[in-house]
Amino acid sequence: MSVLPYLTAGWIMLVGVYGIVTSRDLIHAVVCLSVTQSGTYVLLLAIGYRSGATAPVFSDRPPPPAGGPVTDPVVQAMALTDIVVGATVTALLLALAVQVAKRRGTLDPDALRSLEP
Amino acid sequence: MTPRARVALFAFGAAGTAALYTAGTLDLPGFGGAWHPYADRAVRQAVAHGTPNAVASVTFDQRAFDTLGEEIILLAAAVAAVVLLRVLRREDEDTDGSHRHGPADVPDALRLVGHLLLPLTLTVGVYVVAHGHQSPGGGFQGGVILGTAVHLLYLAGDYPALRRLRPLPVFEAAEAVAAAAFVVLALAATGWAATGRVPALNGAVGVEVGCALTLLLGRFFEQALLVRPPAPPGGRTGRTGEAP
Repeated sequence: MSVLPYLTAGWIMLVGVYGIVTSRDLIHAVVCLSVTQSGTYVLLLAIGYRSGATAPVFSDRPPPPAGGPVTDPVVQAMALTDIVVGATVTALLLALAVQVAKRRGTLDPDALRSLEP
Repeated sequence: MTPRARVALFAFGAAGTAALYTAGTLDLPGFGGAWHPYADRAVRQAVAHGTPNAVASVTFDQRAFDTLGEEIILLAAAVAAVVLLRVLRREDEDTDGSHRHGPADVPDALRLVGHLLLPLTLTVGVYVVAHGHQSPGGGFQGGVILGTAVHLLYLAGDYPALRRLRPLPVFEAAEAVAAAAFVVLALAATGWAATGRVPALNGAVGVEVGCALTLLLGRFFEQALLVRPPAPPGGRTGRTGEAP
């Protein structure tokens, strides 16, 4: 089934969003956001895959067509961007969670409904 | 909103998203197919510009201005996290003398492995950055290796040594300089050959990512180890700083 990898990516994203919706802890929500984002890695790499292909690095073999097919370097570069931005956003959200815990003494989103304590 | 209503709303939205997403994927080119027009053009350009690693060529040559934007996002997020995590003056920071962070009571094997792996991992990080245009790797990947390598000292139980190894003000300055160097290089390098541009940008990114990671982890360590929790109403007892 040739769309199964794409559906897997969508499933990972929805599982992550479900985790955020039902989260009772901000750290857990941040991790769920990372899971949601992993779905985009799977989607990008699945789109760039080519059957029987290897990595798009030509330091030790000739480029195509002589050297056989390679996977799509464009989506791999996008996945790299995705990972970098995801990591920094995770760090930023964790910093926010640290300050919330310090000021409010709780990380439960339901207990943080109002802005003032 | 009650939890039950929230899950019901999510189920409604997720069902719609799943239906639209599935309908969208059915018309995508099949998984593993041979039709990749962008890949063919990107690989041709990478080879023509003399960069064997096509991913590095896309990141630092063909899409270098997009990477500039990504770089600014990285800098902004790192600066914001550092600002959020700064130790406020009214919070008590323990002085170094009152701390016992180590060498903590870790097994000798762990301590030995940590100290042995530190120079090895640093070398691997420099190699991955410096060789990023030819083999899998590059500034982002190598920078992460460099940034995590210094924390092997913490895993080896020697937090004071880690603090001496990475003075945070120096890393703050280095990160700003590396980010500025990337901007200047990206603007100046439009006329260069790609064989000079890609390694130069790789190096700047490697320094910046390594510094940003070290800085972020350092600030989180400060929060976890040095800052006392707010004083409880009964008196000032308890601190998180004690090594277990």
